[in-house]
Amino acid sequence: MLSNIRTIWEILRHSFRRPETIQYPEQKPYLAPRFRGRIILSRDPDGEERCVACYLCAAACPVDCIALQATEDGYGRRYPAFFRINFSRCILCGFCEEACPTLAIQLTPDYEMCEYDRQNLVYEKEDLLISGPGKYPDYNFYRVAGLAIAGKDKGEAENESEPVDTHTLLP
Amino acid sequence: MVTIYIEGKAYKIKQGQNLLQACLGLGFDLPYFCWHPALGSVGACRQCAVKRFKDENDTRGEIVMACMTPADDGTRISINDPEAVQFRASVIEWLMINHPHDCPVCDEGGECHLQDMTVMTGHNYRHSRFPKRTHRNQDLGPFINHEMNRCIQCYRCVRFYRDYAGGSDLNALASHDHVYFGRFQSGPLESEFSGNLVEICPTGVFTDKSLKSHFTRKWDLQTAPSVCVHCGLGCNTIPGERYDELRRIRNRYHHQVNGYFLCDRGRYGYEFVNSTQRIRHPLRQAGSREEAKLMMETEALELAAAMLADPGKVIGIGSPRAFLESNFALRALVGPERFHAGLSDSDFKCLGTGCNILQRGPVPAATLQGVALADAAFVLGEDVTQTAPLMALNLRQMRYGKSVRIVSDFQVPEWHDAGVREIGQLQSPALFNATPYPTRLDDEAMRTVYAAPHDLVRLGFAVLAALDASVFPMPDVNDAMQALANEIAQALLKAERPLLVAGTGCGNPALIEAAANMAWYLGRKGSAAAFALCVPECNSLGLRLMGGLDLNSAFQAIDEGRADTVVILENDLYRRADAQAVDAMLQKARNIIVIDHQQTATSEKAHLVLPAATFAEATGTLINNEGRAQRGYAVMPPKGAVRAGWRWLQMLMKAAGHAGASSWLRLENLTADLVKDMPVFQPVAGLDPKPAMPTPGGKLPRQSHRYTGRTAMHADIDVSEPKPPADEDAPLAFSMEGYDGRPPAGLISRVWAPGWNSEQSLNKFQSEIGGPLRGGDPGRRLIEPPASDDIRYFAMPEQEILPGADEYLLVPIHHIFGSEELSMASPGVARQAPQPYLALRPEDAPVGDGEQVRLLVSGKSLVLPLKLLPGMPERTAGLPDGLPGVPKMVLPAVVKILGKGSIEK
Ligand code: SF4
Ligand code: SF4
Ligand code: SF4
Ligand code: SF4
Ligand code: FES
Repeated sequence: MLSNIRTIWEILRHSFRRPETIQYPEQKPYLAPRFRGRIILSRDPDGEERCVACYLCAAACPVDCIALQATEDGYGRRYPAFFRINFSRCILCGFCEEACPTLAIQLTPDYEMCEYDRQNLVYEKEDLLISGPGKYPDYNFYRVAGLAIAGKDKGEAENESEPVDTHTLLP
Repeated sequence: MVTIYIEGKAYKIKQGQNLLQACLGLGFDLPYFCWHPALGSVGACRQCAVKRFKDENDTRGEIVMACMTPADDGTRISINDPEAVQFRASVIEWLMINHPHDCPVCDEGGECHLQDMTVMTGHNYRHSRFPKRTHRNQDLGPFINHEMNRCIQCYRCVRFYRDYAGGSDLNALASHDHVYFGRFQSGPLESEFSGNLVEICPTGVFTDKSLKSHFTRKWDLQTAPSVCVHCGLGCNTIPGERYDELRRIRNRYHHQVNGYFLCDRGRYGYEFVNSTQRIRHPLRQAGSREEAKLMMETEALELAAAMLADPGKVIGIGSPRAFLESNFALRALVGPERFHAGLSDSDFKCLGTGCNILQRGPVPAATLQGVALADAAFVLGEDVTQTAPLMALNLRQMRYGKSVRIVSDFQVPEWHDAGVREIGQLQSPALFNATPYPTRLDDEAMRTVYAAPHDLVRLGFAVLAALDASVFPMPDVNDAMQALANEIAQALLKAERPLLVAGTGCGNPALIEAAANMAWYLGRKGSAAAFALCVPECNSLGLRLMGGLDLNSAFQAIDEGRADTVVILENDLYRRADAQAVDAMLQKARNIIVIDHQQTATSEKAHLVLPAATFAEATGTLINNEGRAQRGYAVMPPKGAVRAGWRWLQMLMKAAGHAGASSWLRLENLTADLVKDMPVFQPVAGLDPKPAMPTPGGKLPRQSHRYTGRTAMHADIDVSEPKPPADEDAPLAFSMEGYDGRPPAGLISRVWAPGWNSEQSLNKFQSEIGGPLRGGDPGRRLIEPPASDDIRYFAMPEQEILPGADEYLLVPIHHIFGSEELSMASPGVARQAPQPYLALRPEDAPVGDGEQVRLLVSGKSLVLPLKLLPGMPERTAGLPDGLPGVPKMVLPAVVKILGKGSIEK
């Protein structure tokens, strides 16, 4: 009895409070920058694709909705030949972003991706790749990695010494 | 059995092990790098440190390297002792000081022993702030990718390459922390076993270059247990598929067959599966491929039914590279009296002799493992490195076995690699290599002789006479040959486990007979003699055991009009017989049905071509050179109209109205009929192991539990995921569902254990380290010879084919890369294959090295560059066997040199 009265009282009280509901889509809610929405692939500060096609995001994905294939340019730089996310399966958990060693894959505060046809929720690399570095302006994986690529020879990465000359006997 | 104490708890273990082996064998996780079960211990990496205590009252203990400390009775150790843990953590930190930040772009990542060990020791963050040492890489040819920055100086690569596989062009170069593992300059690695570096190197320095061109991580590969199809040894493999493409081959451990290794033909020959030369649809052809018409399956079967309307006029030609079941189905379609084996004349004869010898006994066929354990071996006429590569690798281990036998006098344990090898240097192993031309095994042999095949037969019988002149008459040989024969006979008589090796390489059955005589004689004298037969293809022995007529009788049947329709199973007849004879038959036959997966010269002439599955898309049985039946499972489902050879034949039988074929919808039923019909294949019936754990549909997953992209890989075609294809033929499913924690030995699709992502996790699958798999090694031997005393020795045959003036006896020269049909579709293998040539000894050469000569062989005129081959016997000429551009040699044959040649227009 007491509880019923209390419930009615609460409802009455709420009728005089400001509503939380907003008039979407005319009105947009505030979303924190770390909100996990539509996934993008970013570029490094040099403007090159960041993704090195390591498959770690795909492995981390609990619903297995990331599929890609690695390939290489003529100088040994690895990148994805195709990169597909099936957003009709994606649960926007952000595990891929956490797994990514190059900060390439990032979740953004955009969630407006409804489609009438489910097939249109399959995003390819062209749909995912943006032209900037996203949330992380500075990181460039290939500057730290030991692999040589076009424009960065052995010994030219951060904190590396000149390649060893195996022909010298000097210490 | 001895007792050791780990963390105070007593364990009983086998004697003669080191502590690392003991710990791993008991299931403990102890990190290590430089030790390898096949290479032994050297104590180079210092990673396997444990604490050893004097007795139960000792609390201080001392740090020892587990791999260098014998597990003696009463040894007390602790793996978890804080000091030992700290020691191991420091070692890995030090090993990682120069390690590049490469894992995401490193092909080893996800199956890297260094990653596993780093995680196991808990080294998470880098403290060192000094710059990292870097190296330049080398181009090591089409098989191996080199990334020297990742090296941790464990020395495994050079120990395998040089000490184990006998290679000389890879070495540890430079000094101190500059030490570099590579060649003295860029260039393809010369060893036939270089691909094993991929699995031997615990880091990403040496990785698979063919995989790199379509890179996929281990967890993303769909895998199944399979058997190598590139020679007759039947090495066990794990092929991996992704996106309908075969991506790589890895070793699958088999204690008695290939152990931890594969040869480069087996590892890199797989790309024929992805080749553009694949036949993917039924084709109706009238004369040439240009006019080929694609057909639907039903149309094709209707056409086939019309072609097969008169069963009395249909002959079938089987294949040594097709599954046993496919050959059997063909035999059932045409009837045993119209089934032809599809082997070259010389292979037919040699394999017939070989089967007869194995079945009659009393000496068993040697396993590959047995080859390594022999204490004297006589190779008669076979270039083992090129025709049965892994047998050559195992013959090279005789040296190791020998020193293990003498080390007991030196008090050195068997696993002590440096000690054992030091002692092994004292004397070469009793390996006698008698071949028609210089081979790659010569450097390992105690004595080497080159002679024409008929002279090798004579040498064989001279050794027999030297063994026992009262049983074997002395053939007519010169003094040098006589002395050599005596020496070989002495060594064989002294040996406890003598081994005789012969094969089809020279196309001379008398070589096999001579070797069998020796094995029989020695076996009867009481030694554990064994006989190793080298056969050319993956199912040569299975096909020959099935019987069937020879190829010439097929040609005759068509020629005489007794038959007008021929069904050819996975066989290019131009590789089996003289082109003229094949042409004549294909011209005359009214209907030619070819079932194959590759376009060949034969399929081009067919009227109906049916697309067969390769080993990667079908399940079936292969019989290896020792008569071991092994089942290979499909790795991926066949695409489109592609079907297993036996399945096409079953459909043809149904279309042609044969009774009985309707029950062959499953492999199981076909196999049941096979063993009923031919009891020699009885063991084949029980080849499929049953999964012990209850799993969905009773099947184990072909995909790992980390398999990715399930809901996206086909989403570009259709966003709704397709149902996984069903597989009626195997206890495996094309899916990641089900538990595969510890599959039965025959169903190991991948090796993995928690914390062990690399192939080193194999330790968890073996019943003892380096021993058989848990639950017994897979496959079953068909032939165990009867213990009989009634031996009828072969007599030396009369065979003198003395070449006439200007003529040379033709000797086929085998090449691991080039002589085998399927592997040549791999770009890497084709790159390593030689160009066609004619080999002569310098004394006989009419022109200089590399210059063109014109020659006449089996009625055909050819122009080839000359290759001077010092050591070729007098009056012999060598031509590379099976190489594109060299016509099929029908042995025995002679070559007539017509003089200096020019390229004819
Ligand atoms: S984890 Fe990052 S770098 Fe690796 S494949 Fe995914 S997006 Fe690319
Ligand atoms: S060798 Fe192993 S640890 Fe080193 S980069 Fe490659 S995957 Fe990483
Ligand atoms: S290359 Fe590999 S196997 Fe050789 S020493 Fe370095 S890490 Fe060890
Ligand atoms: S030795 Fe023969 S069976 Fe073994 S991997 Fe090489 S080709 Fe294959
Ligand atoms: S494994 Fe024991 S020192 Fe390397």
